[in-house]
Amino acid sequence: MAISREDVLHVAALAQLELSEDEIVRLTEQLNDILAAVGKVSELDLSDVPPTSHPLSVVNVFRPDVARPSLPLDDAFANAPERDGDLFRVPPTGAAEESVG
Amino acid sequence: MIDTLRLTAGEARALLERGDVSGAELRAAYRKAIETRNEELNCFLTLVDGDGNDGVPIALKDVISTKGVRTTAGSKILEDYVPVFDSTVADRCKAAGLQLLGKTNTDEFAMGSSTENSAYGPSRNPWDPTRVPGGSGGGSAAAVSAGLAPWALGSDTGGSIKQPSALCGNVGLRPTYGTVSRYGIVAFASSLDQVGPVTKNVRDNALLYGIISGRDDCDSTTVEVPPVELPEAEDLKGLRVGVPKELNEAEGIAPGVAEAVHRAIDLCTELGAEVGECELPRSVEYGLPCYYLIAPAEASSNLARYDGVRYGLRVPAENYYEMVARTRDAGFGDEPKRRIMLGTYALSAGYYEAYYGQAQKVRTVIAREFDAAFERFDVLVSPTSPTVAFKIGEKAESPLAMYLTDVLTIPPNMAGLPGLSIPCGLSEGLPVGLQLIGPQFSENMLFRTGHALERAIGFDTVPERLR
Repeated sequence: MAISREDVLHVAALAQLELSEDEIVRLTEQLNDILAAVGKVSELDLSDVPPTSHPLSVVNVFRPDVARPSLPLDDAFANAPERDGDLFRVPPTGAAEESVG
Repeated sequence: MIDTLRLTAGEARALLERGDVSGAELRAAYRKAIETRNEELNCFLTLVDGDGNDGVPIALKDVISTKGVRTTAGSKILEDYVPVFDSTVADRCKAAGLQLLGKTNTDEFAMGSSTENSAYGPSRNPWDPTRVPGGSGGGSAAAVSAGLAPWALGSDTGGSIKQPSALCGNVGLRPTYGTVSRYGIVAFASSLDQVGPVTKNVRDNALLYGIISGRDDCDSTTVEVPPVELPEAEDLKGLRVGVPKELNEAEGIAPGVAEAVHRAIDLCTELGAEVGECELPRSVEYGLPCYYLIAPAEASSNLARYDGVRYGLRVPAENYYEMVARTRDAGFGDEPKRRIMLGTYALSAGYYEAYYGQAQKVRTVIAREFDAAFERFDVLVSPTSPTVAFKIGEKAESPLAMYLTDVLTIPPNMAGLPGLSIPCGLSEGLPVGLQLIGPQFSENMLFRTGHALERAIGFDTVPERLR
């Protein structure tokens, strides 16, 4: 198996996903199957081929540096799970027991 | 009486211009059709009660932001999300007087080929409700096919306009990358996503493409687009049609699909085109693996924004990091999680060059192969989907089997090429789609080709069971 359970846990942490035990088992198996299939790209020797990151050759698209109206604050907060004045409120980033509201 | 099953958008527009019907009467006719058939087909996730416009009605895939109208992307994580601005395409539809009927079902974040990955249940194929309408834009395709909307917009990353259009017997255009603004579109894979029209015929498709295409200051990947010409010609004289061997002989193409496509290719000759064989030696074999590295990699980055902070679902927790991880676990379904995991892995330290970097090089190989084919041919043809509509549940357990349904639509997408799918016949009583692929910015040629073929084929777009 190319991907171990530890790999899955590591990638889940990078992707900020808290997976259930069932999901970890299933994803370990499925990711191995999928990677075995997509790993086919490594069969080709492409050392002389440049990468394509974008299908059009558009570079450096500029507009005049003029201020334009932006979203009103109330609109920007309209879908916020929790608003605190002009800020989005989130739980503390430190350990739960160290936080005092 | 307005027969929504038969009425094309062009005809609806003519009726409005002559004053034979009002916008309100048109809307009422489609609402009645929706009331009759949406419960079975599950095309619409949200219906709109009048938006002040009185032109031809339209349905929009639910990845297209609509101000004041819930936009879920088929996901629980956006269940209550109401955009505070319009996407550019929604804005252009409004400016053209089109009235919004509602938002259509999609695989979650447009990730899928059947709409079975929608958090709001699968849509069903109007030709046979035990079968999928394709995906991800199955809601839009089924709605147009069943007369619940005269036309609709979809979005296409690996085939999400072309494939459902094929499976439901519609005309679907995936436009050249950069011709239609993505401003306000829920992002999946940014180097691939394109918005395009799903219609009952090629002329409607050209009309709607004319409305939505063109440069947009809000999307720096858009470019100026040649003026759209409505197709008139009924022959294909002077057209050089290429038949790529690998796209027409790929493993898994059903015999009935191949037959219908062969008949369409014979018609090209009868209509005056020169038909010849060509090759895309590596594009088909390596296209799918290339796509399933690049699209998930870009998706893992785009979907990082769903963190429970600014909008969307939040699952409460004592700690910020736990809140984010729990929100994402609860809000995303299986397929987005699978692709986020795959993409994050492909981009992670030690694997980037072997997977994402190598896939970007394969992409160059694919683009060069198509360039070479277009030195000899104006248009390339193949089946859109290897099979007709499959049964609901048939591929649900195997992600890889589902991924293979896009094997023929993906290669041109990797090269940023436009593709038009038109119905070319029936197999097992179900529609078969013909994929027409052109060079970048050749939409007018695709419309011309599609229009002439459409007239010669004479396909009846109304599902047999609804006639």
